Amino acid sequence: MHINIKYFGQIAEVTKCDEEIISISKNLVSELIAYLYIKYPELKNKSFKIAQNQELVSENIKLTGKEIALLPPFAGG
Amino acid sequence: MKENRSKSVFIQGAISSEFIGGSIAKHQTKTSIGAHNIFLGQVRADIIEGKTISAIEYTAYEDMANTKFYDIREATFKNFDITCMHIYHSLGTVKAGEICLFVFVSSPRRKVVYEALEYIVERIKTDIPVYGKEIFEDETHQWKVNN
Repeated sequence: MHINIKYFGQIAEVTKCDEEIISISKNLVSELIAYLYIKYPELKNKSFKIAQNQELVSENIKLTGKEIALLPPFAGG
Repeated sequence: MKENRSKSVFIQGAISSEFIGGSIAKHQTKTSIGAHNIFLGQVRADIIEGKTISAIEYTAYEDMANTKFYDIREATFKNFDITCMHIYHSLGTVKAGEICLFVFVSSPRRKVVYEALEYIVERIKTDIPVYGKEIFEDETHQWKVNN
């Protein structure tokens, strides 16, 4: 499956891009994150939440193929 | 009567006092309103390890943020007897001393606007995927985190 992944704030500084499409044959969000930790080892030192299709999800949720976003701590206001 | 609730929240750059004044003026025709309450978030020139913050550069996951702003709006109208509400948040660079968040709540009577305003501002802080890059005067930066 092809998944569009968005990165924000200090996460985008680690990945050096705001967005990318990753082709992956995994079932769970946690497996995608494990893949990203290999691609971007520095991510392990960062705090972030995960959104799938614009809703926060836990790592044991299934990948649906909808957009994933890695969201560092919010700083609105 | 409640107005159309789907609005754009994000504004490029600082929110000017003229814009805020204009928003107040627009409500003069809504004569069922007896009380407004306004929250203004201002960029602080914090000093961290001897370095002063000169500006915050805001970015957002805009699609999700707009959905969450809509949810906040719906929940506020459901929970509080308000006439209308407006939220404006900056994107891009806002210098220290400038306004980055403007929340405006109106109701026939005063008590509800205090409660509704606090509810909205707290939910913006916790629910909205907005990021603030705090730029120091020497052009280094750190990332803002809400408490």
